[in-house]
Amino acid sequence: MTNTKNTLVSSELINDLIQEEKPPVIEVKGLNVYHAKNHILKNIHLKIPEKQITVFLGPSGCGKTTLLKSLNRLTDLHSKMQIEGSISLRGQEILTKGNDIASLRRKMGLLSQRPFPLPMSIAENVAFGLRIQGVKNKTEIAHKVEFHLKQVALWGEVKDRLRTPASSLSIGQQQRLCLARGLAVNPEVILADEPTSALDPISSRKIEEQFLELKKDYTIILVTHIFRQAKRLADNAVFMYFGEVIEQGNPVALFQNPQTDILKDYLNVG
Amino acid sequence: MASKKQIEEVFFKWLSASFTYGLVALLLFIIYEIFLKGIPALSWQMLTDVPQGGFYFGKEGGILNAIVGSFYLAVGASSLAFCISLPMALFLNIVLVKYKSVQNTFRFILDLLWGIPPIVYGAFGFAIMISIGLQTSLLAGIITVTFLISPIMIRSMDEVIRNIPPGLLEAGYSLGATRFEVSFKIFFKQALPGIVTAFLLGFGKGIGDTASVLFTAGFTDYVPESLMEPAATLPLAIFFQLSSPIPEVKARAYAAAVVLIVIILFVSILSRVIAHRFSKNIIK
Repeated sequence: MTNTKNTLVSSELINDLIQEEKPPVIEVKGLNVYHAKNHILKNIHLKIPEKQITVFLGPSGCGKTTLLKSLNRLTDLHSKMQIEGSISLRGQEILTKGNDIASLRRKMGLLSQRPFPLPMSIAENVAFGLRIQGVKNKTEIAHKVEFHLKQVALWGEVKDRLRTPASSLSIGQQQRLCLARGLAVNPEVILADEPTSALDPISSRKIEEQFLELKKDYTIILVTHIFRQAKRLADNAVFMYFGEVIEQGNPVALFQNPQTDILKDYLNVG
Repeated sequence: MASKKQIEEVFFKWLSASFTYGLVALLLFIIYEIFLKGIPALSWQMLTDVPQGGFYFGKEGGILNAIVGSFYLAVGASSLAFCISLPMALFLNIVLVKYKSVQNTFRFILDLLWGIPPIVYGAFGFAIMISIGLQTSLLAGIITVTFLISPIMIRSMDEVIRNIPPGLLEAGYSLGATRFEVSFKIFFKQALPGIVTAFLLGFGKGIGDTASVLFTAGFTDYVPESLMEPAATLPLAIFFQLSSPIPEVKARAYAAAVVLIVIILFVSILSRVIAHRFSKNIIK
């Protein structure tokens, strides 16, 4: 038994070493974010490995969501927000003004705390991203709508009412619809901001299961304050506290053997 | 014995209910009075004929000139105002989303413009007409009323659009939508019932306004056949007839008021129906 465990750990370590070799999908260097006079994110350095789930863990208000939204520059929408430093997606700088931000954002699908379906039918929600990319072929669109709804295990529940408003779905179904909608534009990265916080345990579990499935093809960044969720899903964990990255790395090592008192305290409570 | 809280509850309920019912009763009474005085004077000729010789002394003729004039003016002005208001309301909420102080300055200015009395718009329109050599005409009336109702339309649309949750904006951008696509393909759809209401609010204000068209659209006994001809309007028709000492003419003023009220009622019901029809996809 002990042997198996050791083997598991060591195989993960080897995996880790292999991952280190690969260039990260996203690299954050010296990121500082200010809101008015508050220093929200302090000198963040991060590497997001490909096709893994990276979890940003930390208490509410520690800057996890701000960090996530900096990655696809949704911070642009907030007044008095200032960003310094560098974030690159496969070597392409995101923070440079004047870059084609729409196409950069398309590479990073967002799943927010509360689902926000678009004010249109279920099918049109999934088709929206395709249509704005210029896809006009109806069969192709119908095909992709079906494919992505199946991908998030929603097809069976909605196939007879694709033309009904998305708002008629339950909140758990809406969240899966938002996931399907995001996947339809073929992103590289999925940014998920506490995507299960508004959901019941069964819907939450479905989302978690889908993440484990999706990480085969996508890089996922998940923000959560739930330690157990982090433990279930993380391949790479980043612990944040008051705008700083306190510890990061392999979650097994991180959670079993925290180096700092802050993380120890957090793990004891959580 | 009733406690202080119970007395408070009863008092509050009584107070709010009495004001609400009182106001509705007053409104119904006004409409009842107008209908009572106006219906007897209302005739088919009144609706289908323009004023003939001696109309203003109680002889034959109708107010078709004012009905058609008001309709042209209100449709023209509210359409023009809509074309200005929608892009501006979207601009305020989407392009300026990051600039709260600029947004607030614009809103403040628009609220000021909303509060300016229509006669001032009339005087302003008149001054512009003189400077560009435009005569009293339907066109001048449309332009002036457009100025008058634009702030109302913009702010009404703005209030609807600013209440859209920011998450929808983020969702749109995350799918790679541009600001244009977010504006017209997402926000427009989400705000559509409110936008329809804003349009009809402007229409109602435009068709009911007297002072702004007094010098600009003027008044005529004929149905205007081009934008450059003067146009009669219902509120002015009411005003002129009500100032007459002759009882038959006074009664016709009430009949014209009935026509105006029916038009506004029809527009309000239409706006409800349209808004309801467009609200099925709305995200709450």
